[in-house]
Amino acid sequence: MSVLVNAKTRVICQGITGSFGAQHTKGCYHYGTRVVGGVTPGKGGTKDANGLPVFDTVERAVRETGADATMIFVPPRLAADAILEAAAAGIPVICAITEGVPVQDMIKVRAVLDGMEKRPTLIGPNCPGIITPGPKTGGGTSGSDPYTNAGCKIGIMPGYIHTHVSQAKLGKSVGIVSRSGTLTYEAVWQTSRLGLGQSTCIGIGGDPVRGLSHIDCIELFNMDPDTHGILMIGEIGGTDEIDAAHYVRQHVKKPVAAFIAGRTAPPGRRMGHAGAIIGGADDTADAKIRALQAAGVEVALSPADMGVAMVKAMRLG
Amino acid sequence: MKIHEYQARDLLRSYSIPVPGGRAIASIEEAEGAFKDATAGMASPEAVVKAQVFAGGRGKAGFVKLVKTPGDAREAARFMFTNRMKSPQTPPEGLEVKKLLVATAAEIADRKEDSPRSGEAPKKEEFYLAITTDRKSRRNVLIASREGGVEIEEVAKRDPDAIVKVPIHPLIGLQAYQAREVAFKLGFKARQVDQAVEIMRNLARLYLEKDCSLAEINPLVLTPPSSTHPDGQVIALDAKFNFDDNALFRHKELTDLADHSEENPAEIRAAKFGLTYIALDGNIGCLVNGAGLAMATMDIIKHHGGEPANFLDVGGSATEEAVTEAFSIILADASVKGVLVNIFGGIMRCDVIAQGIINAATKHKNADGSIGFKVPLVVRLEGTNVEAGRQLLNEAKAKIPTMQAATDLTDAAKKVCAAVG
Repeated sequence: MSVLVNAKTRVICQGITGSFGAQHTKGCYHYGTRVVGGVTPGKGGTKDANGLPVFDTVERAVRETGADATMIFVPPRLAADAILEAAAAGIPVICAITEGVPVQDMIKVRAVLDGMEKRPTLIGPNCPGIITPGPKTGGGTSGSDPYTNAGCKIGIMPGYIHTHVSQAKLGKSVGIVSRSGTLTYEAVWQTSRLGLGQSTCIGIGGDPVRGLSHIDCIELFNMDPDTHGILMIGEIGGTDEIDAAHYVRQHVKKPVAAFIAGRTAPPGRRMGHAGAIIGGADDTADAKIRALQAAGVEVALSPADMGVAMVKAMRLG
Repeated sequence: MKIHEYQARDLLRSYSIPVPGGRAIASIEEAEGAFKDATAGMASPEAVVKAQVFAGGRGKAGFVKLVKTPGDAREAARFMFTNRMKSPQTPPEGLEVKKLLVATAAEIADRKEDSPRSGEAPKKEEFYLAITTDRKSRRNVLIASREGGVEIEEVAKRDPDAIVKVPIHPLIGLQAYQAREVAFKLGFKARQVDQAVEIMRNLARLYLEKDCSLAEINPLVLTPPSSTHPDGQVIALDAKFNFDDNALFRHKELTDLADHSEENPAEIRAAKFGLTYIALDGNIGCLVNGAGLAMATMDIIKHHGGEPANFLDVGGSATEEAVTEAFSIILADASVKGVLVNIFGGIMRCDVIAQGIINAATKHKNADGSIGFKVPLVVRLEGTNVEAGRQLLNEAKAKIPTMQAATDLTDAAKKVCAAVG
């Protein structure tokens, strides 16, 4: 089991003919993701390098392929429009990889999505994506010889670092949620090397206004019977991690581990005066670490110990 | 991105938010004329001359002066243009001042309902007004207070109730009734209310149209009654804007205002190549991909007793050229005694990083004319194309004698900390 995406998820790529879109569509396809096509306005009717159909609109792509997830690689100025187009076409899982989307665009997008009767799940923007690992096959050279059997990788993360529970020495799976891309890979790699599998890993992105929050993901992992532990990676700024700590204390019985990046970062590089009021004292790494520890979370103080903290929280080591 | 005070005043004016008269000057010769223009028609002429620099501490350094005659204005200008401004917020050698603002010294009405204790000056009608984005509610928020002209953080700590916060609807914007409510809470009366409402709504429009992340008027003041404004006039004395860097692509009018002269030259050089570089005080140069991993790398260096010399995030889409440039920036810093490369490839490919290392080792010219890495280099690669990256480095080993490979984060941090001693 997993959360949000699995081997049956039918994925399209918005921006499939752009350089990043093409490169990562290929990566996902080779991983074993069920990629069913893509969208580039004006290039409908053609095929991409993998032989996948390209459509002019998301609506058409959904109608022809039955897509139920999309990954967005369009340039920042087009990202808000791409998210809204996917939502209007009824796609339930929208993963926006694009970095550099204007904050005001995202405020409007969230307001529209939050007002929808069937609200889609938005991941990102400015995120690595979401992955539910599948068992490795030893292949990975092409879509017909995929890296995994029944995995679903939607995004830019390197696939090989992830482990399916069936190939994990400790026989347990953890859910990983993180604001940072590369730091997520670090955490995944550490858990894999210690013999843990991952049910699903979600990179929620580091932008101030975004889709899923830490709490949303922890809630999903908490409900998933095959997620045995939860690893959360946060950083300085905002109060998402503090809210998550309160949530864990009240609702989560599963083992939870965490790491907060930026304990030694020089303060106040980005905050304006009015922002500092709203941010309050809760957005330092130490405040977050204290709140998490008070909620019974095993906090790694060194980024090298994220996996170890997870194993410790699960009482496996 | 930030802009100077004189530019902020122009921006307010273009959104019909009243500011005192005045203009920016770039030479001593312009000071007298600017003073006369700013004080035209005043019974007792008074203007303020302010150095246009981003660094704080201007007042204490003598770079904000109240002047009453054209001669005084010229003298103030001469002082500011011929001395470097030094404050705790500037580099030790100080900053060269290139522009001054010469503005009317606006008169501020006394706050009547506050009965001052004997011997104390009466309080003035000074307010705080700002808009910023609240990430928690995912909305823009209007923030106002009757206590203006002081640090708003102080007010927030001392008396949180003295601050009014109003959420702005993402789709319909700040409504008139919301602005009226704030105006009444601030204590405005009669015709002042409409003036304040107008200012708030215009500021909200400016905030959205210019993609701000902070638009702050501090102080907003009320002038004493005059023939043109029998209830006094509400005006903005000083303003500060921050803009969303992500949205600058649609605001050429703002990027044209940018003044990079106070930024660290290495940071500007990095930005040109799409790199994020922040100079720090230590001696370990870091090259990392991703802000989270970069912060974590700084954390683990400190954990093992080292001090990072910088934070350099090459991001996801850096080219070989940009990576080579990143090494040049790190190596150009004389305080760097060792370099740590920590890459977990996602979009970024390890082979691109490896090629960048080889380019730097074979092409980077040091200050003494030598080529390549004179200092220890510790490389930890993982992720996309890691095998190709490792192979490239292995083949080029002879060209990079100071290089050591690291197997994981702890190993990398320990090795680089040991190497710099």
